[in-house]
Amino acid sequence: MTLASPTDFQPQGEPPASSPGGLQPDGWLRYLSFSLDHKVIGLQYLVCGFFFYFLGGALAGVIRTELASPISDFVSRETYNEVLTLHGTVMIFLWIVPVVNGAFGNYLIPFYVGARDMAFPRLNAVAFWLIPPAGLLLITSYFVQGGAAQSGWTAYPPLSITTPALGQVLWILSVLLLGGSSIFGGINFIATILKLRRPGLKMMQLPMYCWAMLGTSILVVLSTPVLAGTLILLSFDIIAHTGFFNPALGGNVVVYQHLFWFYSHPAVYIMVLPAFGLVSEILPIHARKPLFGYTTMVYSIMGIVVLGLVVWAHHMFTSGTPPWMRLFFTIATSFIAVPTGIKFFNWLATLWGGKIALNSAMLFACAFIVNFVFGGITGVALAQVPFDIHVHDTYFVVAHFHYIVYGGTVFVIFSSVYHWYPKFTGRMLNEHLGRFHFLLTFIGFNLCFAPQHWLGLNGMPRRVAEYDPSFATWNQVSSVGALLMAISSLPFLINILVSAYRGEIAGDNPWRALTPEWLTTSPPPVENWIGEAPLVTHPYGYGSAQDQIDLGAATGRDLWGGPGL
Amino acid sequence: MIVLAAVAIPTALVTLLIGMALVLTGLWVGENVSLLPQDASSNAPVYDSLFQVLFSIGTILFVGIVGLLVFSLIRFRRRPGESLDGAAIEGNLPLEILWTAIPAVVVLFVGIYSYDIYERMGGMASLNHHDLGPQSELAHRHGGHGDAMVMASISASDSGGDTTPAGPSSDPGSRPRVWGGIGVPDQAVEAEAVSVDLTAMQFAFIFHYPDTNIISGELHVPAGRTVELHMEARDVIHAFWVPQFRLKQDVIPGQPTVLSFTATRPGSYPIVCAELCGPYHGGMRSTVVVHEPDAYEAWLRQNTPTASPTVANSGTTPTA
Ligand SMILES: [Cu+2]
Ligand SMILES: [Cu+2]
Repeated sequence: MTLASPTDFQPQGEPPASSPGGLQPDGWLRYLSFSLDHKVIGLQYLVCGFFFYFLGGALAGVIRTELASPISDFVSRETYNEVLTLHGTVMIFLWIVPVVNGAFGNYLIPFYVGARDMAFPRLNAVAFWLIPPAGLLLITSYFVQGGAAQSGWTAYPPLSITTPALGQVLWILSVLLLGGSSIFGGINFIATILKLRRPGLKMMQLPMYCWAMLGTSILVVLSTPVLAGTLILLSFDIIAHTGFFNPALGGNVVVYQHLFWFYSHPAVYIMVLPAFGLVSEILPIHARKPLFGYTTMVYSIMGIVVLGLVVWAHHMFTSGTPPWMRLFFTIATSFIAVPTGIKFFNWLATLWGGKIALNSAMLFACAFIVNFVFGGITGVALAQVPFDIHVHDTYFVVAHFHYIVYGGTVFVIFSSVYHWYPKFTGRMLNEHLGRFHFLLTFIGFNLCFAPQHWLGLNGMPRRVAEYDPSFATWNQVSSVGALLMAISSLPFLINILVSAYRGEIAGDNPWRALTPEWLTTSPPPVENWIGEAPLVTHPYGYGSAQDQIDLGAATGRDLWGGPGL
Repeated sequence: MIVLAAVAIPTALVTLLIGMALVLTGLWVGENVSLLPQDASSNAPVYDSLFQVLFSIGTILFVGIVGLLVFSLIRFRRRPGESLDGAAIEGNLPLEILWTAIPAVVVLFVGIYSYDIYERMGGMASLNHHDLGPQSELAHRHGGHGDAMVMASISASDSGGDTTPAGPSSDPGSRPRVWGGIGVPDQAVEAEAVSVDLTAMQFAFIFHYPDTNIISGELHVPAGRTVELHMEARDVIHAFWVPQFRLKQDVIPGQPTVLSFTATRPGSYPIVCAELCGPYHGGMRSTVVVHEPDAYEAWLRQNTPTASPTVANSGTTPTA
């Protein structure tokens, strides 16, 4: 792969977005083409991701309908296991990972580093176009003989070896394609951030999302190949009857768990770190204050990356793991709370004393803080071996990780859509509909997942189609919450679709933001800026009266006493 | 400066009061809000005290952070017509150090405390006395039980049957390694442990009492005596979970596992399979019945199959 500069595919000097003799289509057809424009690819990721979000949401609907009653009465038990496997796989690999990395990463990173495109535009397009076939493969697996994979997104052997083989193999193929896409993307982000920075732009002047994506991409490149190798071995066990993970043939199932979680714990950070980055962009703009503690934010991202690689066995505390290993992974996992806590305190300090606009983007971002703090606290509890022994593989864990990935990351995705929609389309979203969407989502989400903590503590295991009748009430509350979440996507969809044509014209920079994507037209031209890329050395230079408070002399009381002083 | 001092002292006072109220709320919540099912094993109360501590700390942190956030959103909201920015404060080193140190201390405390709990539950006990298996080791384990050699060997000879597929083999030198769950007891207690073999399969738990040759779909145990579950999975991974015991252990094919617990409260409690094991995973449930000691003896007498007399009294010749 040679390094393609933007000039390779867009002769310089030619007016943007209208290459008369070119093979690339114009207008909306661009979004169905093998476009090399990072903004087109970003939006391709985003729209494709939302398609799979609604698919995964429908699958969640099946689960919550089944669980509205204690007996298995809505779908067959086999179908139920297919549904929960597909739900997890779709939501992780086709929705959250591609959207927080691929969609926003591709759209924003070139702007942030002052480049006209990603380092490897063709690889970038390949990475996106691996996703639709992988998703299609996963969907078709439902219709093949034996049905889709039934062993959960974790695909633990020996169950994954004994369930219908075709569906499981198609699942592996699909995840391998998606893993490949993810690795291509990660390489591209690392190269772009390190090598395509505009002359004069230093690393410590980059917007925080660049650091988040750098950290995430390092995790992607280090850990995804391990998952790929593991799944290839698993497919050998299924197809060729090898015995890597088959205890009947001398294999070891716990080895699979180690290898699987070596990727899948970092996968949590692959889903969450970019969200941290996006929040760090959104909060300062709508609070009209600089991002608090830039340097510590950078170090805490890198701390999370390092710690995130050495905590995987906390998913295996009941797997006969030796005591010393349980102890080590408890301590390592607990300590992730420290760099994560730093980030949250810095965001709170960013808001403190600001001029906070309570718009949809801000509300979703603040709800993210609430939900993630909650999920983080249950996470530290889960890291403690004795605590985990009781609630491992129960609805408590289901509740915990939905607070992290939905309450955390998905809330940030919504926040980001409200924040960057004016840039994507040149039009504003409707604020009233947006806040209504927020209210429904926040209530529905908490109604759906908060009761599941109690269910898990009191004896309801996860991945079951039937349960003890004494758990019926809280399961029904949870199902009502899920229904609210489903309804909440209506105002969102209406808003997105209607505002694209009727929304108020946004102008180039409706939020008066300083980061580089706002210093061009909305939507931006093909090579991002008509002239020279702007050099933004203070992406968070908000704040009036900068000279009135002496930073060196300011104490905590000055800061925390607020502007009333 | 005068204004600053006049405002600052009440601010500090208010902060202090809010902080104290927060801590008290957290402690009260941990003490009075019970989210857990009944406790019925000796390590359940230990678990519950850890839960209470975590619940209190979690409440303090969550309420504090959310309170701060909501206060900021209301206090610092942009009023209509306002177009100014907030103060241009980019950071504060003492503050950063403070909120690095506080979580670090909390996490360190929680870690040390939960390590202590874990040790009290027996989680740090060496598993090696299970995995060697030479007869001397077993003799030591069953030392309090009279004829240790006979005991050990009998359980070995019995295990040729279907119910304990990978149980101790008759050759002491080649005994398979045994993995341990939490709750491996100390040896004094173990001396009078009730030993039960558990076979997990799609989709049932089968219990076998090697001393009496009882085979049961339910687990019956006496209160107040340590039970040693020797667990084996037949097909895929299952997990043995009794919420009222606060105990869970995966049962993994090819990995014989020992789990010890002491039930304390007579009654019936659910046994739940917690690891996805196939379509009927949700239906893979059973019951553990905790008896008073004499009721347990009665149950044993009633259910001992007449065809094979009680092994403990039969004096069968050891095969090993
Ligand atoms: Cu993890
Ligand atoms: Cu099972």
